[in-house]
Parts: sequence; structure tokens; C-alpha cells
Amino acid sequence: MNQDAYNAYSHKTSSDQLVEVAKIAAPYKNRPEMLMSVVIQVQRKVRALSEDVAAVIAREMGIPQTNVYSFITFYAMLSVKPRGKYIIRMCESAPCHVRGAKEIVRALEKMLNIKMGETTEDGRFTLEYCPCLGICDISPAIMINHETYGNLTPGSVTQLIKRYIREDV
Amino acid sequence: MVTIHIDGQELQVKKGITILEAARSANIKIPTLCYHEDQKIKSVCRICLVEIEGQRLLQAACSYPVSEGMVIKTASPKVIKARRNVLELILARHPQDCLNCPKNGFCELQDLTQELHMKRPIRYQRDIRPHQVDESSTSIVRDPTKCILCTRCIEACEDGQTIGVIGKENRGFDTIVVPPYGKDMNETVCVNCGQCVQVCPVGALTIKDDTDKIYENLDSGKILVAQVAPSVRTTIAEALGEAPGTPSAGRLVTAMKLLGFHYVFDADFSADLTIMEEGYELLDRIKNGGVLPMITSCCPAWVKFCETYNPKYVKHLSTAKSPQQMFGPVIKTYFAEKHKIDPANICSISIMPCTAKKFECQREEMNDSGYQDVDISLTVQELANMIREAGINYADLPETPFDDPFGLGSGAGEIFAATGGVMEAALRTVYEVVTGKTLEKLDFHDVRGLDNLKEAEVDLNGTIVRVAVVHGLGNAREIMRKVRAGTANYHFIEVMACPGGCIGGGGNPIRNWKKVKARTESVYQQDRDLPVRKSHETDAIKTIYKEFLGEPLSDKAHHLLHTSYCNRQDLLR
Repeated sequence: MNQDAYNAYSHKTSSDQLVEVAKIAAPYKNRPEMLMSVVIQVQRKVRALSEDVAAVIAREMGIPQTNVYSFITFYAMLSVKPRGKYIIRMCESAPCHVRGAKEIVRALEKMLNIKMGETTEDGRFTLEYCPCLGICDISPAIMINHETYGNLTPGSVTQLIKRYIREDV
Repeated sequence: MVTIHIDGQELQVKKGITILEAARSANIKIPTLCYHEDQKIKSVCRICLVEIEGQRLLQAACSYPVSEGMVIKTASPKVIKARRNVLELILARHPQDCLNCPKNGFCELQDLTQELHMKRPIRYQRDIRPHQVDESSTSIVRDPTKCILCTRCIEACEDGQTIGVIGKENRGFDTIVVPPYGKDMNETVCVNCGQCVQVCPVGALTIKDDTDKIYENLDSGKILVAQVAPSVRTTIAEALGEAPGTPSAGRLVTAMKLLGFHYVFDADFSADLTIMEEGYELLDRIKNGGVLPMITSCCPAWVKFCETYNPKYVKHLSTAKSPQQMFGPVIKTYFAEKHKIDPANICSISIMPCTAKKFECQREEMNDSGYQDVDISLTVQELANMIREAGINYADLPETPFDDPFGLGSGAGEIFAATGGVMEAALRTVYEVVTGKTLEKLDFHDVRGLDNLKEAEVDLNGTIVRVAVVHGLGNAREIMRKVRAGTANYHFIEVMACPGGCIGGGGNPIRNWKKVKARTESVYQQDRDLPVRKSHETDAIKTIYKEFLGEPLSDKAHHLLHTSYCNRQDLLR
């Protein structure tokens, strides 16, 4: 394995957490159609859907690990790499784009001092693009974990992030 | 039945078949790329687009079903234009270094580009994936830069072999076919069977090329001693452009002598030797209450599969080595002594239909002769490349017999090439050893053919021996489930990882079921044509036991011809 690939996938999940993962996946032995439900539940418990996590899910559900991996990488909301406590998702669709998504991105990157796709060193914030959030009426919009925020300007998004930095949410 | 019109031709075809199938039945050619006749319909490459009257959009012929009164045009200007456009889009993502690609001349994309007469530059911006070749595997080279995302390899590995080493990563334009979590091939559960190589239409999955090692060893003055596997004589002519199933043992030996091999031996001999050891082991297990069912261990892909997925059940595997690994130590001990050659000066080479044999000969424990027992394992494809490279006109070669002292093998050794062959060969010998009677009917038809599971019963002096034969690792997984559950009520099971047995192996020329059937028929014909058809009756076997090994399962035989297995469960984590 080359060094870059190694770094990207080096995240280890603790054995306690793996036991929890096994408990979630075990009831769905030989039911591959339940993979989405399992993965969503698991992602709430672990920082990343790491190699170990995928191996446990694969073993418990009786499917190849490669299937679990392909499934995870297909969906933007699932991640094999560790992400921050707050995942800030910028809508990448046309309506947000024409209403100034670029400026919002610039403000976010400047404020957190990371680029899109990266996580802050303290592990608190991750910046990502995501497909349409379905709230074009209040574009440009972002989603932070499970909350959506719309009608943003570079100024208002900076204020919003400050609240998250203070944990005032 | 429905009536359809294709390119002005009226056809009566079965309801529910696809446009592609209908067109092929009338000898109308529609170009395809992701389509593979032995696999599911994928409909991802869009090369087979056709025009259906009354429909605004073009449709993929490989997946669109025919219906009554359908009027189809397979080569209208609109279709040709769209097809070229699709091809341009594929080529914009595909490196165009065809001249130094290992698949040069055998690439389906290259053929298609010629057929569609692509003579103008591509209008799209080229965007090739970053170059990253994975050569970590002993057997298979993976170059995802060249992948066209047809997903045939995924089906071969996941649905066929039930392993799933490689899969899609990401989505849309970023999709790439890789092992999970950035792993290299040697870190995965890959058993090196090479079935992915067999279906890859381009140069994304190819056989690891070891031909340079042969030239190096020749150059350094080593004595090149080769063993040629039973199925190679059936497929090498096909790899050099002749009809599938053309046997060419004599010409093959001539060609190998021309290439510089000093001794060319018939691995039918070591197949016979395997039968002796494995057959006596089976009798020993039955008589003395050993672990049953005993399972064959000739197939290195199957052995690794068992070590990975069923490590607790490796005690069911016969301890007898595979024919390749039996011949290795015999060459470096018995043959070296007999011909007064220093074994250190021997380069032992096997010519195999198999990519996994490259892995097997590099297994750590395979050095019972005091040296690495088999130094290099070449596939049929690689040997064919060497023959072409040397400018040898294979079609017109005279015939040369295999070298002594392992000259003529038996028909039982010969049928190792096909699924059920090891079982049939073992039964021929075991029957005569136990009953002391001559076996009148040598053909065990119950264990032949391409069924997923074949079963038979043989009466050995009152003891009924039940046997089973499976091929393809999906079927092997199924029978291991029965072994684990204790419901596999057999004495002896033969497992081959590749569909059809070795004759469908990953190192052979590109296969489909039709070719495998032709090759199989040829194998059984060669068996019928051989003077000796039972392993224990060949001169070479009688001589080696008399001069060297003593008797089957003797201490010496155990040391050189038997092995042990390991636990590879860690690969699954």
C-alpha cells in the first residue's frame, strides 16, 4: 500500500466500538438489503466507517467487505475517513451556485483555515460538498450535522460558525 | 414468437429475448463492449445502441427486449454517429499507449476502435486516471488507469467465485474498480485464480509476466527443466490462433526445445504420482478412521480459499501436494541425482493453465528439495507470447515426444485438466488397489460434465465410497457449508476453483463456456487415445517407486510429496 493510501485509511476503531458495531449488524445476517439501515446506525456510533468496521459488518451480515466499502463510498453522507464533530455540508447544486455558494465556501475556508474536503486539526470541523439539500427556496444553503441553514451571506455564515466554535448551539 | 424487422430483414424470434440476441441469431453484428456471453447483462458501456422506429431515443441492444412489430436499425447514420460519440467518451478516459500495453492485440476496446473506424482525433478533453499500477500480487497485475468500468471482473470475482476482492469505489465520474480501503492485491483475500483476467476486455487486469526470468536463467547458464501441465497441450494451440481443443503436445515440446528449455517433462507423470499418494491417503483415512471427507489439494486457489474461509477444516485437505509441487522436488532430487546435475544449477519451470500456481510455487514451505522446489511458473498465455516472440511457426512444427525418465503419462493424469478428472483418475487406481480386480469400465460419467455438483458411488469390495465433485469457488463454498454442518456424507471431494476445472483456468487463452466445452471434449479424447489409462500402471510411476520412493506414503514420499497448510483468516480481519 502506498503512503498516501495508508494515511487516508489508517483510522483505527476501538474494540469496544467494534463490539457495538457487531451488535447492530448481527440481526441482519444474510440480509444485504438492510445494509443502509445498518451503516447509518453504525455511523452514529463511530468516527469513521473504517476498515475494521467494514470487516465486522461484512462478517456479521455475511457479505464481502468490498460490498460494504463500495456502498459507503457511493454515498456522500457516508465516510470511510474520520470527520470532524461538526460536518459542514455545502450544497453543490445549481440554485445555490447562482446565489453565491462560492462566496460562502470562501468564507468558510478562510474562517476555519482548511480547504473543502478537509478536517480542522482539532477534529471539530469538516468541510464538504454535498448534492442538493432540497431547500433551494432558501439558497444558498448549508447543513451542519442534522441542521440546515439558508439565505446565507459570507457575513451570516461567519456568525453562525462562531456560535458552533463557542458550542452555543 | 414475435415478428420483428432488423435492418430490413423480417425475423421470427422468441418473445422476451433481447435485440442483441435476436440480431446474433440472424448473423447481424452489433458491436458490444461490456457484454459478455457468460455473464449477466450490464448495459453500462452503451456501445450497442440501436434505433427503434417510433422511439426518439436510441436503446442499448444488449438489454432491450424485442416486441411484436418492432422495426430496428442497427447501423443507421444516427446510430453510427452516436456509437462513435460513445466510443470517443470512453477513449477520452482511456490511456492510448496501446503499443506497449500487455493486452495489445487482444484488447476488445482496440478491436472495437478498429471496427468503428475511429480515424479522427477525440473531440473531448482527455482525463485519464492517475497512473498507479498494482504489481503486489504474485499472479495478477492491476492497472486501474485502463479500466473502462464494465464490471465484468466484479461479477467474475463476486458472483462466480463468491470472494469479492475488487469492487467499485466512489460514484459517477470518480468511479474506479479497486480492492477496498486502498489495499494492494497481496493484502486481500484474492486467491489468484485469474478469472478476472479472463473477463477483462482491456489491459486493466493482466497476468504477471515472468517470461523475462526465463531468459535471465537461460543467459546465466542454468539448466532449464520444465514440466508441462495436462491442460496446456490442449490450450496452447488455441492461444496461438488455432481452434479451441486442438491438442498439440508434440509440437509444444518442439517449440519449447527451440526456445532453449533443456528438458521438457510431462506433468501427467506428477498427476499420476499425486493419484498414488492421494489415493493411498484416502484408503488409509477410510481404513484407519482418519478425517473424512478428504478433499483434494491440487488447486492452489482452492487451498488458499480454504485456509482463508475455513481454516479449521484444512485437516480435510489431502496432505498430498499438487502435481506441480510434487514434480518440483522430484526434479531437484531424483532427476538431479540420476543425471548427476547439481540441483543448485537447475531452474525448475512449470507451464500451467493457472495464475495461482505462481503463488503456490512461492509458498514458503515448498522447499523440501533443499531449494525452492519450483522456481518459475509460466501460464499458457506467457508461453504463447514467448513462442510468438521467438518467431516460431507453431502450425508447421514437427512433433517431439516428452523427455525421459518421465516420458509418457497415463490418461488418468491427462484428465486432471477437466473438472472431475482427479476424482475419476483416483477411482481408477483406488478401485484396482482395493479390489485387486481389473477395472473394466474406465469412464466414470457421473463425475464428468459441467454441473455444479456431481456425485457418485463406487463399490469397493463391499465398502461403498461416496464422492462429490465441485468446480468454481461458489460451489466450493456451498459444499464447505455442508461439511461444516456435518451433512456432507462423502468420503472424497474434488474441488477446482475455476469453472470447468483447470481447462477453464485463468492462465489459459481467453475463455467462454463454448470454448471450455470444446477443450473438455478434447481432454477426454486424449485420455482415450493414450495406451495406459491408469496412474499406477505407467512405467515412470513403477520405476520411481522402485528406485527412489519405496512405496506410497513412505517416509521419503512424505518428506518430498506431502505438505501442511496454514491459517489465513487474518486476511478477513
